[in-house]
Amino acid sequence: MIYDVEMETLPREDLEALQLKRLKALVERVHANVGFYRQKFDEMGVKPSDIRTLDDLKLLPFTEKQDLRNHYPFGLFAVPKENVVRIHASSGTTGRSTVVGYTHRDVRNWAKLMARCFVASGASPKDIIHNAYGYGLFTGGLGAHYGAEEMGAIIVPVSGGGTKRQVMLLKDFGPTVICCTPSYALVLHEAALEAGVNIKDLPLRIGIFGAEPWTEEMRRDIEDKMGITAIDIYGLSEIMGPGVGIECNIAQKGLHIMEDHFLVEIIDPDTCEVLPPGEIGELVITTLTKEAQPLIRYRTRDITKLDVVPCRCGRTFARMHRMMGRSDDMLIIRGVNVFPSQIESILLETEGLAPHYLLVVKREGNLDTLEVQVEVDEKLFSDEIKNLQRIEGKIVKNIKDYLGVTAQVKLKEPRSIQRSEGKAQRILDLRKTN
Amino acid sequence: MKVEQISIFLENRAGRLEEVTRILAENEVSIRALSLADTSDFGILRLIVSDHEKAKKALKENGFTVGRTSVVAVEVDDQPGGLNAILQILSAGGVNVEYMYAFVQQSSKTAIIVFRFDKTDQAIELLGKKGIKIIPGETLYNL
Repeated sequence: MIYDVEMETLPREDLEALQLKRLKALVERVHANVGFYRQKFDEMGVKPSDIRTLDDLKLLPFTEKQDLRNHYPFGLFAVPKENVVRIHASSGTTGRSTVVGYTHRDVRNWAKLMARCFVASGASPKDIIHNAYGYGLFTGGLGAHYGAEEMGAIIVPVSGGGTKRQVMLLKDFGPTVICCTPSYALVLHEAALEAGVNIKDLPLRIGIFGAEPWTEEMRRDIEDKMGITAIDIYGLSEIMGPGVGIECNIAQKGLHIMEDHFLVEIIDPDTCEVLPPGEIGELVITTLTKEAQPLIRYRTRDITKLDVVPCRCGRTFARMHRMMGRSDDMLIIRGVNVFPSQIESILLETEGLAPHYLLVVKREGNLDTLEVQVEVDEKLFSDEIKNLQRIEGKIVKNIKDYLGVTAQVKLKEPRSIQRSEGKAQRILDLRKTN
Repeated sequence: MKVEQISIFLENRAGRLEEVTRILAENEVSIRALSLADTSDFGILRLIVSDHEKAKKALKENGFTVGRTSVVAVEVDDQPGGLNAILQILSAGGVNVEYMYAFVQQSSKTAIIVFRFDKTDQAIELLGKKGIKIIPGETLYNL
């Protein structure tokens, strides 16, 4: 099913015409109303009238996370404060938090886009949606919430945390859809088993997972364990929140980007050169319809690639490959680029191993070391040392073969790696503290 | 004729072994025999206990990874050549010993050796044919 058939199946040509119209209006708007952009345009010698084709997007400046921080909190608003109805903000764990404002129309658009996402995932107004994304300044909870209501489903606004209670609600309310981070889905699965509940036996049938990078192997693991269809959703608070893109349940192959609202590009993160479809690079988004805080060419730091071939589900929107990592999450270990998601793939391929792992990077002398901590579960455990050492050896070998990095593998007791109710913490980079 | 042994994965850090024995004590499970195999990072504690079901459950509830393996307990005279006689039988029969541990009974006249074989059933058959005394699990749990 498709929620907004007209928009979601628009022929490419019509879509591009709409995008261009919206882009021109956007550039006029930010030039007139946002001092930061007016100054940037002037510095680069660009006038709104220079934007004649979509290709002219290249003339426009990038916006970086730091720009949002520099204008904290409301410096990038394009409308008077009285027109803003909601504020969200990032947690600020990596610096000053980034603030985003929404007008009434922005909030409505967001809800409609999230409703599209729910329908794309296979959900319908008949579903009960267990929403375990955090409510509050984080966009996940409220974003999913309004979308579910817009579609007409029952939403259970559980928010994050209180895992035991979540298990009870899953059992008692019998939700058919769950929204949370993929790692938290596994935490719930574990906690449910401990409480004698197998999620597989519950009515739950769809999981909408996002807010952290995960792999195809992890998807299969979650689908097998929980007996659900696991759908990848993408969004970021600076742009809107969840609902920028989502996989359809028909193909589960790439996330459809809501291109009538977001103009996307892939660039080389080092040279900032725009790359053609199919090439891997950093996703850059221009918000075409945002009123309160539109952004021009926002550098997401998310690494992915685009596929513009229409999907067999009927949607014509370009699809982005599941997020491969973040350019600022990328570890450089002895000169080799390593994304946590690559290690995760290797672990899952090696022995169907634990989704709970931690990468510890240290510097010993002048050399970087990578330690991969993996929890040993019953499936993996053996009463013979040599079997466990064989597994360690296999992981070391696979990491070496695939990534060219020599890692140390450390087997850990179950639950010794910290669990998270939101984004999983996969990296402990001790080089930064030295 | 087999004996159920439980094995527990332990990270090498202070207090983990104590925690296992405390959980067993709290659940009134007695340890009949044990062996600890270790590497620099982790260890495997192997135990024969008075009630392996209860022990396994209690340890799992406390977050330990617990495995269960069938091992074979053999009684030998506590005198020179006792163990060798048994190993000869196994060696001739092509059975490999994965690991073993032993303890001397209170009487001091016999020792009990716990074996983990690569081919458990075949080992039991070989030893049985040669009249070696195999201790049933029940006897060992209730020693």
